[in-house]
Amino acid sequence: MIVERPRDLLIKKVLAHGFLLVFLGLILFPFIVVLSISFREGNFAVGSIIPENPTLEHWVLAFGFDYTRADGTVVEPPYPVLRWMWNSIKIGLIASTGVLAVATISAYAFSRIRIRGKGAMLDGLFLIQMFPTTLALVAIYAIFDTLGEVSPILGLDSHLALILIYMAGVTLHIWTIKGYFDSIDTALDKAAAIDGATPWQTFRFIFLPLAVPIMSVVFVLAFIGFVNDYPIASVLIRSEDQMTLAVGSRLYLNEFRYLWGDFAAAAILSGLPITVVFLIAQRYLVSGLSEGAVKG
Amino acid sequence: MTTRTDIHAQPASALPRVMLVAAVFAVLCAVAFYLYQIAQPLFGAIVLALATGFAVVFGASRFYGARFIFPGIAAVLIFIAFPVIYTIYIGFTNYSSSNLLTYDRTVEVLTSRASVDPATEQPFAVAQDDRGYRIWLPESALLSEPVTLTGEETATLSAAQAPDTLLERRAAVRLRSGLQTLTLTLPDGTKLQNSGLRTFGTVTADYTRTDRDELTRFDGMVLRADHSTGFFTDTAGERVPPGWRVPIGWDNFERIFRSEGIRGPMLRVFVWTFFFAFASVLLTFTLGLTLAVILQWPHLRFKAVYRILLILPYAVPAFISILVFRGLFNQNFGEINLILEAIFGIRPNWFTDGTLARTMVLVVNTWLGYPYMMLLAMGFLQNVPEDHKKSAALEGASSVRIFFSITLPQIIPPFLPLLIASFAFNFNNLVLIFLLTRGLPDIPGTVIPAGETDILASFTYRLAFDNAGQQFGLAGAITLLIFLVVAAISYANFVAMRRAAEKRSGRA
Repeated sequence: MIVERPRDLLIKKVLAHGFLLVFLGLILFPFIVVLSISFREGNFAVGSIIPENPTLEHWVLAFGFDYTRADGTVVEPPYPVLRWMWNSIKIGLIASTGVLAVATISAYAFSRIRIRGKGAMLDGLFLIQMFPTTLALVAIYAIFDTLGEVSPILGLDSHLALILIYMAGVTLHIWTIKGYFDSIDTALDKAAAIDGATPWQTFRFIFLPLAVPIMSVVFVLAFIGFVNDYPIASVLIRSEDQMTLAVGSRLYLNEFRYLWGDFAAAAILSGLPITVVFLIAQRYLVSGLSEGAVKG
Repeated sequence: MTTRTDIHAQPASALPRVMLVAAVFAVLCAVAFYLYQIAQPLFGAIVLALATGFAVVFGASRFYGARFIFPGIAAVLIFIAFPVIYTIYIGFTNYSSSNLLTYDRTVEVLTSRASVDPATEQPFAVAQDDRGYRIWLPESALLSEPVTLTGEETATLSAAQAPDTLLERRAAVRLRSGLQTLTLTLPDGTKLQNSGLRTFGTVTADYTRTDRDELTRFDGMVLRADHSTGFFTDTAGERVPPGWRVPIGWDNFERIFRSEGIRGPMLRVFVWTFFFAFASVLLTFTLGLTLAVILQWPHLRFKAVYRILLILPYAVPAFISILVFRGLFNQNFGEINLILEAIFGIRPNWFTDGTLARTMVLVVNTWLGYPYMMLLAMGFLQNVPEDHKKSAALEGASSVRIFFSITLPQIIPPFLPLLIASFAFNFNNLVLIFLLTRGLPDIPGTVIPAGETDILASFTYRLAFDNAGQQFGLAGAITLLIFLVVAAISYANFVAMRRAAEKRSGRA
């Protein structure tokens, strides 16, 4: 940028790196502690960062196996973590696929097809998207409680009910994909129309292949959002077997049954995959977020 | 685009489509009718509306374009807009654990209540022969006619020898549903019914429905349905639980504004919610922007490594990191207090002291939220033209001055909608409050559960789902208040975004 004196520059560099390192130390402290706790003995253990008597007990339990301690006592896994994980992944995958399909088709229509009242609908979607689901929790509970009397597959404790509610979370993704479609040259669809393609064919054979990158980002985003959801899942899912990770994890730190060590191992086991996926996707994610939001 | 209309109107491909649309329409209509029949007219109407919308949009060629957006719009209307409206409607009803059921179900519950006369109660066993099942009452040595035990049945008993073989208890338990609908008639005409797992006895209903809105108790007392309060009342005006859901107008709102025990804590929750959301945005924005500025410094090395490590808190699922903090802040064996005690000799009560709990909530939320702001700030900082800064530096401006008078004014406008969105998000950050503190510590002396760290969303959630009261009605009423605030925020965001977009297009 501007030429600076070498000595000033050196001081500034030391300050910058020093600040960042101290800050990182503070920020990463929880991760290091949790990793350490997952190898400590017992559920209340305190001790140094590197455990004195490292044990795999919490990890074995997190993977759902019985653990035999040195004195012969057998410990059973407190909660079905892998089952929760499977529930989360299953619900997340199905709901994200649905959201992706609906959002992509809608985004194409909003970007390219002339529909009466489109502007008003887009504004409406934007406003609705700002209303948090917490506003609807009471009704969501009441609706599915009632539907459960009609048919248990649509009632409380049903994954299908959860997926249906999640599928409605398309609005933000419509905006993101629409922003992408808007940036595609209109000459492309004009050419397709001249060749006799219907709008559906234009979408299917021209826009869909072009949209694969943004679609994968939206898929990952939606998936992470669903896996992380707590409010809706906690209202709809009550039985331990049906729980998702987000709902189930809370059971570990119950005041009456405080399983700090078991929680640490389960948290790393379940958090790591999502974290890795997120880190891979984050570059696209942020550009999508800021651009999708500002394209009015 | 103009060529569209004459392409899709080809008659050859229309028939299968119309048939498919008709089939789906028919199925949906059948579902709607079924819902209507089982006394769910609201859901029936929604399915019917969905069916009609589907048939019109997919049946008529002129709505070709709308077909693409129909699924999305329908999903948003049914699963977002409708629940929000329905929640607000519930705010005008007395829906709660004391008024949980519909009127018909309440009547059913009351009329199915019955008392067993212990004098007539006697054990039974089930025998099976080639004509069906028979009930054997060993105490009075009576055997019933053969019964099928598949639906409502009556059978007379007559004196007989004990059957040779009786079903085992477990097999008899499996026949329970058939046994429950069976009525046995003793030789003297007394009717017996299944009164327990092992017994038959005379069962008299506590209440019988004598009129549409009238129940008569076994002792002759007449109960009348009061549809304004949702309870049956006896002649003395005493209520007989359970009640049913009825609209009660503005009563919930009156409770909120009139009752000191509700209004007081709610006002505190309200103020804290605003403060929490505002402070969260301010803290995360300041910290994120500072880090972004440092990371943008051209002389800094290892940028990529710093960047990845700095966004880790954002990458880890929030429900996990919040719970990790819940453990770390634990009063007795949390690592944070261990360190504080080792260095300063203090052990703060993070979860029982109101101010400390609020501080903790803000610290954790800053930890969770700064990476998002940092990532956004890094994007916006790149768009600030380098030559503006250069010319200011040539004029002799310090780097701090340059930041505040050149850089900041340029990134605030595009940032504003995102800041407002972040405010709205934190305003309803139920997950954080719920997993970290559950709103605790409680404010003393309140009628309803309200905590020092409760924000409106978590307060409402606890009201509806967390305590024995299940006060859905009251929660719905508070939701309307939140709705109004969120609507104002949304509108502000909308306007800010329009402005930002106009500015962008104006510049381009």
